[in-house]
Amino acid sequence: MNWVNVLLQGVLLGGFYALLACGLSLMFGVMRIINLAHGDIAVIGAYLIWVIVNQTQIPPWLAALLVLPIMWVAGYAMYVLLLERSRRAGLLVPLLTTFGLAIVIQNVLLQVFSPDDHSLLSSTGTLATSSVSFGGLSISIFGVLTLATAVIVLSGLQLFLSRTTAGRQMRATAEDPGVAELVGINARSVYAKATAIAVAIAGLGGIFLAIRQTFNPSTGPTQLIFAFEAVVIGGFGSPWGTLLGGIVLGVAQVIGAQVNPQYFVLFGHLVFLAVLASPRGGILDRRGRAL
Amino acid sequence: MIRARSAPLPGGFRVQRWTRVSIASGVVTIAIIAVLAVVPFLFGADVTEQLTALLIFVILAVMWNALAGYGGLISVGQQAFIGLGAYGTIFLTQHGFAPYLAMVVAGLGSGAVAIPASLIMLRLRGGQFAIGMWVLAEVFGILVTLDTGLGGGTGVSLNGLNVFAPGYRQAYTFWLTLACATVLLGLVFILLRRRIGTSLQAVRDDEAAAASLGVNVVRSKRVLFVVAAAGCGIAGALYLANTLFIQTNSVFGVQWTAYMLFMVLVGGLGTFEGPIIGAIIFYLIQAQFGDSGAWYFVGLGATAIAFALFLPHGIWGSIDRRLQLRLLPVGYTLRKLETPVSGTGEPRADA
Amino acid sequence: MSLLEVRSVDAQYGLLKAVRGVSLIIEEGETRALVGANGAGKTTLLSVIAGAHRPAAGTIIFDGVDITRVPAHKRVGLGIALVPEGRRLFPGLSVEENLSIAGGRRRDGAWTVDRVLEIFPMLQTRRRQRAATLSGGEQQATAIGRALMCNPRLILLDEVSLGLAPMAVASVYDSLRGLISSGTTVVIVEQDLGRALAVSTRVTCMLHGEIVLEGESSALTREQITAAYFGVRQPSIVGSEP
Repeated sequence: MNWVNVLLQGVLLGGFYALLACGLSLMFGVMRIINLAHGDIAVIGAYLIWVIVNQTQIPPWLAALLVLPIMWVAGYAMYVLLLERSRRAGLLVPLLTTFGLAIVIQNVLLQVFSPDDHSLLSSTGTLATSSVSFGGLSISIFGVLTLATAVIVLSGLQLFLSRTTAGRQMRATAEDPGVAELVGINARSVYAKATAIAVAIAGLGGIFLAIRQTFNPSTGPTQLIFAFEAVVIGGFGSPWGTLLGGIVLGVAQVIGAQVNPQYFVLFGHLVFLAVLASPRGGILDRRGRAL
Repeated sequence: MIRARSAPLPGGFRVQRWTRVSIASGVVTIAIIAVLAVVPFLFGADVTEQLTALLIFVILAVMWNALAGYGGLISVGQQAFIGLGAYGTIFLTQHGFAPYLAMVVAGLGSGAVAIPASLIMLRLRGGQFAIGMWVLAEVFGILVTLDTGLGGGTGVSLNGLNVFAPGYRQAYTFWLTLACATVLLGLVFILLRRRIGTSLQAVRDDEAAAASLGVNVVRSKRVLFVVAAAGCGIAGALYLANTLFIQTNSVFGVQWTAYMLFMVLVGGLGTFEGPIIGAIIFYLIQAQFGDSGAWYFVGLGATAIAFALFLPHGIWGSIDRRLQLRLLPVGYTLRKLETPVSGTGEPRADA
Repeated sequence: MSLLEVRSVDAQYGLLKAVRGVSLIIEEGETRALVGANGAGKTTLLSVIAGAHRPAAGTIIFDGVDITRVPAHKRVGLGIALVPEGRRLFPGLSVEENLSIAGGRRRDGAWTVDRVLEIFPMLQTRRRQRAATLSGGEQQATAIGRALMCNPRLILLDEVSLGLAPMAVASVYDSLRGLISSGTTVVIVEQDLGRALAVSTRVTCMLHGEIVLEGESSALTREQITAAYFGVRQPSIVGSEP
């Protein structure tokens, strides 16, 4: 029964990674940009909700509703001010500028909030720690909530991309921005929207991060790596590939920790490298390129 | 390949590699190396230590630029090899190697490790390669932490150099650094001048087209990848010799990439001279502002972004474009009627 | 006032001049055939008109407004639609999605997905199929339909018969005839001289990036056009070559 518990824990953890990976995958799918500041942006979301909750004493769920639109606007601004120019300057330039942005974000956070660990634990009560027992299994309530949120966000994104005009235009722009312009789509505005959505979802990931663990200004890079591993293991394919990738990563880490607590991160990395080394380079095929 | 020094071409052009300026600068380069070599006799150990640090930055910048500026490979994980070189040195000295020999062997060993690593990493493109390398660095860092013989996460000192008096030790380290820098820069220079340099520039400009012209894209990239890994490994070993103590967190840390990115972008991505200038600028900035904590890094990041967006050829690239200077010619100069037309290996449409 | 006026436009790719000093006037309601050998600059000229390629010099006036600096997606709103060479559908989107995304903030007009399917009956059973899986003729029909969904006043058709089976070409042209008779202004680039002459009211022939011949389709002889097409010197029409 212990191993079933471990697997379950890994699956729930995978939900968190899938949530982190969503935005990364969306930006890559639509613009072919890998945002190296993605993890740090999630950490901004964590600090933002921490500040709001601590300054106003409003309940965390209400603060979360405030964080999302702020992150949305920040994402839009990030596209207009940084990515638009980077994208036009060449394929590799967005990597250079988003890495520069990551350094800036980490160190501004360091300057403002000190290197100390922060956490939302004191404001969220027992949410992060309570669990229910079910037939010998111990199920973390917050873990289930995270996984459910990931599933909702992924399905929402899927519906948005397939059913709405804005979503279809996003897919069209991802496939051929030049022709998209010729049928009246403003590719620049589509890209800005995609970035805004990606950053808002990263912010949501940051909110869950703030509740489930302590964080500090250098938490971001690890989140980026985990999100990226989830996307790659899932095969850069569908939203469900990302979810599956997150779950595989989570399970690998939890199994690693079971072998030796120091192997937690290592096992995830090794599964990632094994997937890269495999002939197909992913466990799902690569159809459905947008997201 | 055009081998003749000044082969006549149709249309009254001739191809030239060594201009008068570049021959002169070649002589100056040799003179600089000679002057540097006598520094330990003239100055104290502190100056020697500072210059060693500068030369290590030069090596790192040139290696990162060889990957990014010529191979089109942006790596966020070169610290994998820096750490490997440093910890490899520790490991070898623990097993009976003389410290200075261990450094060279550990550096070359990093290059050897890069060969199997390249099989996985060079399948990746763009940002995937960038983060893939980062994961590799993390894995190496974790593996080293797990080995208690290497000090675990708490750090480890390089023993064995204390048989030398401090002044001599610093001088020996400096000479080894100078020798390694000369050999590595010379190697990169020769590589980029030979066929592989031209083919890599073709790859960087248009991979598909280069492949269709018969350029062996993967092989060219692999050579660069291995050379850059060996260079970073040696730099890591020399860094250890200069500081005598390392920790996994710092030596496998991503801040190395931040430094390299800054030096190369500011100096001039894709130019041979640029990273050297960038390293000197970075060294001066670090000496001036290195104690300012977080704001110092904010400045580094913001400057790197500004250069990437507004001055993509860096300081050297901009000077070069204006003055047609080419001190150490990696490319070719196309001349017509004694008027300089273009100064690089890439044909310039705006000539 | 003419619908479209192109004034001494130069366009180039790097050092290669694809269009040199081209001036062209298209009247409302006309069907203009643009002919010429490969590399004559026809596709580039259409791209410049649609806003996909920025001209090095010259002016584009549409409906009395200078649109030289207007981006492509806004030109669609003004009423210019291009059916690009090679069709270039969005392969991962279904036929219906390809049609329905067009226009962004499009002009009001009568075109709907259903009406497009009406004039291209072959698409009716393909509605939910991914564009990548369509035959060449079906793809071309979708591409034309996608342009129509923008409710254009001026539709630019680039090589619509290229790579299609003869049956499919006939069917595409049948649908086009209906379109032309409804009064939409059309500029059509076509390799097949016979078809170009049959469907158009005026013909413009380009050679090496310049316009070398222009006239009523009914007034020009095939010999005249063929001569211009291949750049055979006919001083009275061609003028001096560079």
